[in-house]
Amino acid sequence: MTWRDTLWTALDAVRSHRLRSSLTMLGILIGITAVVLTVGIGQGASATVRDQINELGTNLLVVSPGSSTNSTGVRTGFATATTLMQADATALTSKVAAPDVEAVSPVSTASAELVNPTTGANWTTTLTGTTPSWQTTRSRGAVQGRFLTATDERNAAAVVVLGPDTVTQLFPGVDPLGSSVTYNGVKLQVVGVLANLSSAEQAASNDLAVVPLSTYSQRLVGGASRNSVSSIYVKSTSAGTLSAAYQETNALLLNSHHVANAGTADFSVATQQSILAASNQVDNTLTVMLAGIAVISLLVGGIGVMNIMLVSVTERIREIGVRKAIGAAPSVIRRQFLVEASVLGLAGGLLGVGLGVLGAVLVPEFSDQRVILSIPASIGAIVIAVGIGVVFGVYPASRAARLAPIDALRSE
Amino acid sequence: MPTSHDVTSPAVVELIDVGKVYRNGELEVAALRGVSLRIDEKEFVAIVGPSGSGKSTLMHILGCLDVPTSGVFRIVGHDAQSLDEDVLARIRNMFIGFVFQQFNLLAHMTALQNVELPLVYAAIDPDERRARAVAALERVSLVDRAEHRPGELSGGQQQRVAVARALVTDPALILADEPTGNLDSVAAADVLVLLEELNADGRTLVLITHERDVATRAHRIIEMRDGQAVDSDHAVEVVRRGGRV
Repeated sequence: MTWRDTLWTALDAVRSHRLRSSLTMLGILIGITAVVLTVGIGQGASATVRDQINELGTNLLVVSPGSSTNSTGVRTGFATATTLMQADATALTSKVAAPDVEAVSPVSTASAELVNPTTGANWTTTLTGTTPSWQTTRSRGAVQGRFLTATDERNAAAVVVLGPDTVTQLFPGVDPLGSSVTYNGVKLQVVGVLANLSSAEQAASNDLAVVPLSTYSQRLVGGASRNSVSSIYVKSTSAGTLSAAYQETNALLLNSHHVANAGTADFSVATQQSILAASNQVDNTLTVMLAGIAVISLLVGGIGVMNIMLVSVTERIREIGVRKAIGAAPSVIRRQFLVEASVLGLAGGLLGVGLGVLGAVLVPEFSDQRVILSIPASIGAIVIAVGIGVVFGVYPASRAARLAPIDALRSE
Repeated sequence: MPTSHDVTSPAVVELIDVGKVYRNGELEVAALRGVSLRIDEKEFVAIVGPSGSGKSTLMHILGCLDVPTSGVFRIVGHDAQSLDEDVLARIRNMFIGFVFQQFNLLAHMTALQNVELPLVYAAIDPDERRARAVAALERVSLVDRAEHRPGELSGGQQQRVAVARALVTDPALILADEPTGNLDSVAAADVLVLLEELNADGRTLVLITHERDVATRAHRIIEMRDGQAVDSDHAVEVVRRGGRV
C-alpha cells in the first residue's frame, strides 16, 4: 500500500467519524492554543518590560537605600531603611570622584492628596521631590510650561510640575498653567506639565507631581528623615561607561558610608540590565508555570487521542478483519492507524494555532496584556501535536495490527 | 483417497491430519479432528455439514485466516505455518478471493472503492486500479451502481459487489462461505451462477453451504461431521442423489 493511499484511507476514516474526530481534536486544540498563547503572552510581557527599560535609557543606575545589618545581625530588606542621604547625591556629582557620571538626581516620593482649590477636585498621586537634573536622568521634560529650575531648588519654591494624567484629574478641560494646587494647605503653583509616556504601560508614569527636593523635605513632607531620599538616579556619560560609573558610584558610597565589606553595604546599585534580568526572571517563572499547564493539557489531549483510537480499534474490529482478509498486512494496518492518529494531531494542532492567533488578536483588545506571536513556537506546537498523535497512536495501532484476522472477522 | 487426481500437478491446498482446538478459558473445543484432504486446480468443491461441524473453521484455515493447532496445511506447496503474517497477507491478497455470508463490505465506501480495496493493498496504481475494478463490476453487471454505498444496495447486489471484490485480483482460489445464506432465491441463483462462471474460467472454487441443492452443483462434496471430513464415497452418494454427474 502506498503512502498516498494510506493517507487517503486515514483522511476518509477521520471524515466518516466526524463527531469522534472533532472531540479528539478538541483536546489537542486546547493544548496547542494554550501553548501558543502562553508563549505569546510571555514574550509580550518581556517586550513590555524591555520597552519600559529602553524608555528610561540603558545608561541609568538606580541607587536604593537599605539592606543594612543591624546590631543583632539581622539584615533588613532593600529600600526599607533611610540610609541614603541628599549628601550622597551631591557627592556623586563630583567630576573627580565620579568622572563617568553625567547627571545625578536624588528622588523622594510619598503618596499625597492634591486639591484644586478652585473646583475642590482632589486626587491622590505620587508626590516626587527631585532636582532639575531629573530631566536628564529620566530623559523626560515638560511639554507645557517649564520643568523645575536650580532657582526653584535653591529657594524651595512652591512650584509643581504635574504628570499628564494628574492634570486630567485635577484640571479637566482647563489649562493648568498658572493655576495652583494645595497639599496639606501649602499652595503650589503649577509651572509645567510632563510629556506623556506612550509606550510605558504603567499608569503611574503619567500620574505624578514633581516638586523641588528642597520644597519636598523642608515644606511638604519633612519629618525625622527629611534629609534621606528614596533613591538616587545616576546617569553615565554613555552606555559604554555604565560599568565604570557603576564602580565609581559603588566605591564612593561605600567610602562615605564607612562600609569596609561590600557584602554588608547599606545601599544597593542596580543597573537597568539587572532590573531587566530580575523582571525577566519573574516573567520566566510565570511562563514556565503557564507552559506547565499547557503541557498538562497537551498530555490530557494525547491520552484523549489514545482513548479514542482504542475505541476506534474496538469499534472497527470487523473492518480491520475485512481489510486483513483481502490482503492488508499487519504493518499496513498499523500504519493506517498511526497516520490516522497523526492526522487528528495535525488537524488539532493547526486549529489550535489558528485559535491561538485569534486569541493573540483578541486578548490585547480586552486587557493591557500584549501578546507577541512566535512563528517557531507555532511550528513547534504543530510538530508537538503530530508527535502526540504518533506517540499516543502507537499502542492502539499495534493492537489493531496484532488482531488475528479471523478473530476480527468473527466479532459482531 | 482421491486417487482420480493427477498427483504430479501441485495441489492448490492440501491438509494432512489437521486439527484445530479453540481454548475458551478452561474449556477446550476441538473444531477439527484430523482432517486430510486436497483440492486441485479448477475444482469446484462444496463443503457441507450441520452448524458446529467445523466447516467454517476448515474454510478459515483454507483461507489463511486461521492456523491449525496440529497437522500440516499446505497452500500451493508451501507449509502455511512456516509463513509469516506479511506473506500470508500477500497470499490472501493475490491468490485468494473471499465471499462471505455477511458480505463484509466497508459501509463508508462506494461499491467501486470496495472493489478497488484489494488492489490498494497490492499497491496497484490508481488508474489501473480503477479500470480493473470497473471491469470486475461489469462482470457482475453492477457498473451502474459503482458510486452507491453498500447501504443503498439490495442484499443480492451487495453480494455481487463482494464477488467483484473477490475476483478483482484475479485469484486462483475463490472461497465462498455460505454466500447465498442471506439472499432470496433469485439473488442466490444469480450469485451461484457468477461463482460457477468463475470456476469455469479455471479458478478453483470452494463453497461452504448447508443447502443440499447448492452443494449438488459442485464437482465434489466434502461432508464435515464432528470436526472430521466424512468419507468421500458418502459425499459421492449425495452427489448422485442430487442428480449430478
